[in-house]
Amino acid sequence: MHKNVSKIPFKGTPEQKEKLMAVIAGTNGDKSLLMHVMQEAQEIYGYLPYEVQVMIAEGMDVPLEKVFGVATFYAQFALSPKGEYDVSICLGTACYVRGAQAVFDEVSKTLGIGAGECTPDGKFSLDACRCVGACGLAPVMMINGEVYGRLTPEKAKEIIESIAAK
Amino acid sequence: MSEEKLVNLKINGIDVSVPEGTTVLLAARKAGIRIPTLCWLKDINEIGACRICVVENEVKGARKLIAACTFPVSEGMVIYTNSPKVIESRKTTLQLLLSNHKMECLSCVRSGNCELQALCKEYGVEDAHRFDGFRSTWAIDDSAPHMYRDNEKCILCRRCVAVCSKTQACSVIGANDRGIDTHIACAFERGLADVACVSCGQCIVACPTGALSEKDDTQKVFDALNDPKKHVIIQTAPSVRVQLGEEFGMPIGSLVTGKMVSSLRMLGFEKVFDTNFAADMTIMEEATEFLKRYKEKDNLPMTTSCSPGWVKYIEYYYPELLPHVSSTKSPQGIFGSIAKTYYAEKMGWDPADVFCVSAMPCTAKKFEAQRYEHTAVKGLPDIDAVLTTRELGRMIRKMGIMWDELPEGEFDAPFGLGSGAGTIFGATGGVMEAALRTAYEVVSGQKLPDDKLDFTAVRGTQGIKEADIDIPTPEGETLTIHVAVASGLVNAKQILEWIKSGEKNYDFVEIMACPGGCVNGGGQPIQPADVRNFTDIRKIRAEALYRDDLGLPIRRSHENPDVTAMYEGFFGEPGSEKAEEIMHTVYIPRKQY
Repeated sequence: MHKNVSKIPFKGTPEQKEKLMAVIAGTNGDKSLLMHVMQEAQEIYGYLPYEVQVMIAEGMDVPLEKVFGVATFYAQFALSPKGEYDVSICLGTACYVRGAQAVFDEVSKTLGIGAGECTPDGKFSLDACRCVGACGLAPVMMINGEVYGRLTPEKAKEIIESIAAK
Repeated sequence: MSEEKLVNLKINGIDVSVPEGTTVLLAARKAGIRIPTLCWLKDINEIGACRICVVENEVKGARKLIAACTFPVSEGMVIYTNSPKVIESRKTTLQLLLSNHKMECLSCVRSGNCELQALCKEYGVEDAHRFDGFRSTWAIDDSAPHMYRDNEKCILCRRCVAVCSKTQACSVIGANDRGIDTHIACAFERGLADVACVSCGQCIVACPTGALSEKDDTQKVFDALNDPKKHVIIQTAPSVRVQLGEEFGMPIGSLVTGKMVSSLRMLGFEKVFDTNFAADMTIMEEATEFLKRYKEKDNLPMTTSCSPGWVKYIEYYYPELLPHVSSTKSPQGIFGSIAKTYYAEKMGWDPADVFCVSAMPCTAKKFEAQRYEHTAVKGLPDIDAVLTTRELGRMIRKMGIMWDELPEGEFDAPFGLGSGAGTIFGATGGVMEAALRTAYEVVSGQKLPDDKLDFTAVRGTQGIKEADIDIPTPEGETLTIHVAVASGLVNAKQILEWIKSGEKNYDFVEIMACPGGCVNGGGQPIQPADVRNFTDIRKIRAEALYRDDLGLPIRRSHENPDVTAMYEGFFGEPGSEKAEEIMHTVYIPRKQY
């Protein structure tokens, strides 16, 4: 999957930076711990924007492209922050056969973002996930942990629009 | 040395004995069998990824396909390199590569010199569309002044990535995303112009297909040649004369100075000049600058500044060490500066009508030509267009010039006379040797005997060379100059680390961005990996330059009469105010991120 880079301005704090630097210091120059540092960085910041990847590259003396290559290879790393509303649409087998792809496409179109991305105002982020254990309600989506079931593209769009209007 | 353990195996029924640890591919070569490769670059990219080199390995009657480029031999091994299964597998691999390849083969810059195309022909891939399906689409990265990247022609062999990181210590390109979306690009999908790429072009030379190519400036030059107002003059770098023949099927290391000059005249250049002359000027300035800095202990070691890839490297990666770099412009820059000042004045030309072209073995020269920190004539570039050796070959072919029939031509005066010291600029250690020939005679006041003119300690293709050169002074003392020569930026990085830590105390350091120097530059004719893996083209081309040097009547820069005349009639003496103004420059620290 191609990961798009977020254009949302970086809002890191000195405390976050201090935490990340401590993690990097803990590697004692062992560059093979790159993924570990990236995981910790994602814990600290929620995602891995340019500024954070540069800190990792400089701190560990590894090329920035290497950090970015790893960040875009593994699904676990996010290049966009989570929105105020974290939308996750299930594309697991049961949801998929009941039309989840069309639901996903409609939500994606409504929000103007793809999977793994966040709207420029920071309000919504969108993800595709695998089975959330609510197959009886397929197709489903979750918004901040709340499950919405038996969706159609139209229903999903209405839900999103009603939240957007808040 | 411990005795090597030999391993015995059978390849296509032939008994072979090779040292333990040898790969199946190298063992097969010993038996006279060539195994095709795509991703394999010896010692640089050994990842067994492309699967073109697969062979059958028979174990207990069962045969398995293995990647010959990385699989080590073992005792009693039985290998088949040409079985029907192997041939079929290679063909399928090629068809799969083609299924996601932009097949612009008729117009592709690498058509006829593409490793993928050559293999498809070799394996008789008649059905190039067998697996047609999803095709990745990528925008061409044309942000940098020196090259294009077209990922739709990329086969993901990673040769460019390996060269960028292991040979050139830059690592600005790598694989992003995964699966069908995997593509070679820079961090955060920035263009090459927006990352710390030094424009060396080694990635282009490593690329098996047309995914990476130099920016073609031939049309710009044709346009100037067809403009009656323009005075189009060209300079040719030392290395081009030992590379250009390869564009026309001549053996590697052919010295073709005469044919090259004739072809340029036929192309319509008003004057054909030799960068060797400018290299001699560079030596006069650089040797003078060095001796002054040596006496004043001013930012030693001093490093050379002819290689624009190297200059850009230190600007990006070690900006704090920039005061070490000689302020002398490169030969290309000096030539352009002189052409637009002294020569334009002499010919009664408006500098704005002088179109100064350079033929270079280098892609970073395209970048250098766009540097405006310090041009000789305000508002005008010193150099208007840079052609790599490959582009020059293209122009000669396009104009129907019959290479084989070309007579031996001679450079024009006054910038056509270059010394042997100028010619060896093209090989790693050459600038150092040229500078030492002049510095030695200037300091000692003695003439070096001809058989002492070769400073062999700084010759050869090793990445780092060191030597102590003793120069007697007229006062009866001996100056010992500690010199080092590095080529390939990974070696430059090592030297810079030593300078930083104070571990080594050099006085004078020559650095070339490309391994082996300009003879192996990013603008050279492209030899396929199959040749590069088994032939040291750097050595062969460098030897041709040293032969050229040996055969030239003048072998010291300061004995070049055109150089002397230039100083007497225009600059005064080396390092004069006017020389500083026109032939020296400044550098700018750059940010990596």
